[in-house]
Amino acid sequence: MNEEMAIVIATVIKAVVVLAVVSAMAGFATYIERKVLAFMQRRLGPMHVGPHGVLQLIADGIKLFTKEDLVPQHAIKPIFKIAPVLAPLTAFTAMAAIPYFPQFTLFGYTVKPIISDINVGILFVMGVASVGMYAPLLAGMSSTNKWALLGAARTVIQLLSFEVVSGLALLAPLMLIGSLSLIDINDYQNSGLSSWIVFKQPLAFILFLIAGFAETNRTPFDMIEYEAEIVAGYGTDYSGMRWGLFFIGEYANMITISFLVSIVFLGGYNSLWFIPGALAILIKISFFVFFFLWTRAAWPRVRPDQLMWLCWKVLMPLALVNILITGIVLV
Amino acid sequence: MGLEQFKNRNGTPGYIYFQAEEKPKSGWEAFKRVAKISLKGELFVGLWVVLREMLKRGNSHTVQYPAEKMPIAPRYRAIHRLLRLVESGSERCIGCGLCEKICISNCIRMDTKIDENSRKEVTEYSINFGRCIFCGYCAEVCPELAIVHGGDYENASEQRAHFGLKEDMLTPLDTFKANKQKEFPGYGALSDDADTFVKKTPLAY
Repeated sequence: MNEEMAIVIATVIKAVVVLAVVSAMAGFATYIERKVLAFMQRRLGPMHVGPHGVLQLIADGIKLFTKEDLVPQHAIKPIFKIAPVLAPLTAFTAMAAIPYFPQFTLFGYTVKPIISDINVGILFVMGVASVGMYAPLLAGMSSTNKWALLGAARTVIQLLSFEVVSGLALLAPLMLIGSLSLIDINDYQNSGLSSWIVFKQPLAFILFLIAGFAETNRTPFDMIEYEAEIVAGYGTDYSGMRWGLFFIGEYANMITISFLVSIVFLGGYNSLWFIPGALAILIKISFFVFFFLWTRAAWPRVRPDQLMWLCWKVLMPLALVNILITGIVLV
Repeated sequence: MGLEQFKNRNGTPGYIYFQAEEKPKSGWEAFKRVAKISLKGELFVGLWVVLREMLKRGNSHTVQYPAEKMPIAPRYRAIHRLLRLVESGSERCIGCGLCEKICISNCIRMDTKIDENSRKEVTEYSINFGRCIFCGYCAEVCPELAIVHGGDYENASEQRAHFGLKEDMLTPLDTFKANKQKEFPGYGALSDDADTFVKKTPLAY
């Protein structure tokens, strides 16, 4: 077996493992979300399927798979059918360039837990995640439904507003590091807590986190599916597994953003004190996933005009000032 | 009296106007307002409140209904019950028919006969719970406190009309003998000092 073959096989195995594990995590995150939200609102959440409702996930899966697949009569059918596939597709493609854990040895092979170590890793992740916005956009436009169309319009607003902020916010730490590879970014912070970029770039961290919330369509920026205004936004006409695909995509995006924030700002998978690196990054992403749910319980949504105001008039100038100061300090 | 005071539409005397926050006039004032709102920390107060509620133990308000039930008030107006006399255990109902008459949804039917002791006896007594609106007039009008409301509220049925018969509502004899027939103080029930109000009939003199 030559070397190329080995790389192909290893990549396929890694891709399948990432797909399976992240799908399972995304499914389980729905259960965690329902439970956490319930406890924060003094409820119990799912309780009946299995002990404390842990099998609710399976019940929901069976329900989604066996539901009738409705396509509206006047929808533009090919686009309507392809749009939900785009959501998890882009979310999982973005994960290809993310290093999950430090490299380890398994059965004598050295395993690098990254599917493809490309030298523009962070650009790739951000770019593909932005393409993910096509899923709600196409879904909303092909549904021929007023609410779905409004949701699609809001998707574009959100994309245009927040891609600028997240890009500019990332620029400052990247100027410090001088590399776009996520592995290089991680290795830059390998000398303990004080080398974490969050202490050098606190403003960029906050800006990127806010932009991450908008990119994943989570509260307080989930205006593209805000029930009180536009029914369910782009997903109004979707049912069954097509809707389920959007859901998996959203949770996979949450996990991607959590990994990205952890790696770029919070020391990634470097070991900290006595905590081994793999455990450290798991703790970090668990916190960020919890933070996504936490804010959902605590904070109200913003209006679309407030979102644009926040983005163009507050966050973007702050990001520019941050880059300017970083540049002056570096020179 | 002229019409001037009625034509004055510039507010009533004593009307208190809400002092709304003044809109920022210059760009610098708008900026100060944004900075004040942003740095107030209200968002973190919200985060702390929900986290505190999550971390408390036994903080749930959920009643898992079929398994757990809320305690209901003793005089809750649900499915009717027919009571027995405290001493003898015979039925309190004397078959007067007042409940049948007063029932505004016409759901009570009773059938009576004269028994071997020349007393009126209730042979059939039924309430159509599909029609009953649980207004409580029957319990209020009953001169003998024979029909009362109980706390049994799970009366879903497969049919619109479903009937409670006398056997269903009457206190079973073994429950009665075990002293489990419940009566509650309050409006419509015998008061604690009811005995002192009893006057002997002239025949006793």
